[in-house]
Amino acid sequence: MDIIVCVKHVPETAEAEITIDSSGKRILTEDLVYDINEWDDYALEEAVQLREKLGGSATAITVGTEETDSTLRKCLARGADKAVRLTDKAFEGSDGYATAKILRNAIKNLPYDLILTGAQAGDDGYAQVGATLAELLGIPHATMVKKIEPAEGYARVNRELEGGLEENLEIKLPALLTIQTGINEPRYVSIMGIRKARSKEIETQGLKELGLREDEVGEAGSWMTVEKMFVPPVEKEAEILKGTPDEVTSKIADILRAKGLI
Amino acid sequence: MTELFVLAEHRQGELRDVTIEMLTKGRELAEKTNTELTAVLLGHNTGDHAKRLTDHAKRVLIIDDPKLQNFNSETYQKILSHLINQRKPSLTLIGQTSFGVDLAPSLATELKLPLATDCIDVDFEGETLTVVRQVYGGKVNVKAQLRKAATYIVTIRPATFEAKETKPLGGEIVRIKSPIPEDTESKRFIEYVQPPAGEVDITAADILIGIGRGIKEVGNMPIVEELAATLGGVLACSRPIVDKEWLPTDRQVGTSGKTVKPKLYIAIGISGAFQHITGMKNSDLIIAINKDPKAPIFRVADYGVAEDLFKIVPLLKSKIHGVKEGHA
Repeated sequence: MDIIVCVKHVPETAEAEITIDSSGKRILTEDLVYDINEWDDYALEEAVQLREKLGGSATAITVGTEETDSTLRKCLARGADKAVRLTDKAFEGSDGYATAKILRNAIKNLPYDLILTGAQAGDDGYAQVGATLAELLGIPHATMVKKIEPAEGYARVNRELEGGLEENLEIKLPALLTIQTGINEPRYVSIMGIRKARSKEIETQGLKELGLREDEVGEAGSWMTVEKMFVPPVEKEAEILKGTPDEVTSKIADILRAKGLI
Repeated sequence: MTELFVLAEHRQGELRDVTIEMLTKGRELAEKTNTELTAVLLGHNTGDHAKRLTDHAKRVLIIDDPKLQNFNSETYQKILSHLINQRKPSLTLIGQTSFGVDLAPSLATELKLPLATDCIDVDFEGETLTVVRQVYGGKVNVKAQLRKAATYIVTIRPATFEAKETKPLGGEIVRIKSPIPEDTESKRFIEYVQPPAGEVDITAADILIGIGRGIKEVGNMPIVEELAATLGGVLACSRPIVDKEWLPTDRQVGTSGKTVKPKLYIAIGISGAFQHITGMKNSDLIIAINKDPKAPIFRVADYGVAEDLFKIVPLLKSKIHGVKEGHA
């Protein structure tokens, strides 16, 4: 089975301080640590596990600058056979739609049975690139997938719905599936894997090689243009308890006692 | 008159809350732009839903077909692209749910229409459609403009707009013949898979200790287990903890888990992604412990401690233990 997995190199922001830059349209990224998007990490693992079980190939592909190579190297170290970076100055400012067009042009000539992406990205959270890409390629898709059972010409998959419910459906191959976290347990990278990955080549393709025009990508090829970024308005704010750990824990105990909770 | 579409979402006989939330927002937009609010209801034997929707929309478009019994984005896409092409609404609102996520991007792409997903606000400013979205885990908001077009598709984050019960609009019901061609589907719904019944029902607990990514390692679980035991509470969690299998699925609070309303919710190491907040924000008392003072969890908590949880939690356990002993 030939599998393509689309990954994104994103900043880790859950515990980092985020500052909006002077343009008001972007955040400052210098101090942020980048890694593979969490959802894509599960998609990559799923691709590698399917390849190990069924044979074939797993190709990791991303859109980004040279800096994204660390994410692609991670994919190679974790078992991807090949890594491709789609890179061009013109791609900057692409929204989910423009990104999907770039991926489409790279993937349309490759052999594949399955395309996997993360269900969403932790930075801009569009959750749209996968299904958009599937439509551009003219193949069926299923999003938020928690289980894949491939068969001859089709796959049985579970999609996550709300409240713990899932739905099981049958989908014809080739298909695109967007992967939800928790579908598997992403493996640790072995030292051997890292060594092997270091010597592998990362193939790059730009605007021309992909047969794209400048107005199809970047901001010109996007549906959305950022007007401004701002810190979310605070409707209600917690009373932050100040003091040493000893003092704040005493305050919490007092609050709980006053409310009759202890 | 031009219409504004809201796609009704329902599952297993229940109209989902996001539908009324979108209709409330849709009504405001329709009034502002002098368009007619139309609820689009696709399904099979959906009469009850239609009746309810007439209170919230000027028109309820119904397409009834046994093939629409269960949601299939492919079938929905065929019908909606037909309806949008025929009726040319100014805007179509769809929920950013597992249903909308599967449908909106491919629908917009097929129709070559501007799409904005997971929006927490949407407005027509003159000729321009603007949206507000959250990025970087809810730490930053983005206001964006969509490229000008005759019609747009926008998906709305659930629980963003209030579902107001205002003066009924007394909408008309319009039935349209199903335009679905014969079986050409490449996707087929098989069945719903229910979550396994757990040992503990977190929705029944008075005191919940909710834990998140900040716990870092499974080896750190005892410190929160001990706090829960001392308080007589039950452990609950955000998604990453279930993904790592440190707690079973039935302990997950949020959109893809359970909605809880305990007397006390202590959020430990939870940054507060909206998916989690949606499930616990109505708790009576919320105390959050998280080292990032800007974490979104502090926007719903009553009290917050912006400190390393490993410094606070063990100490808190002994303080509570002390109070309990003192009373005994």
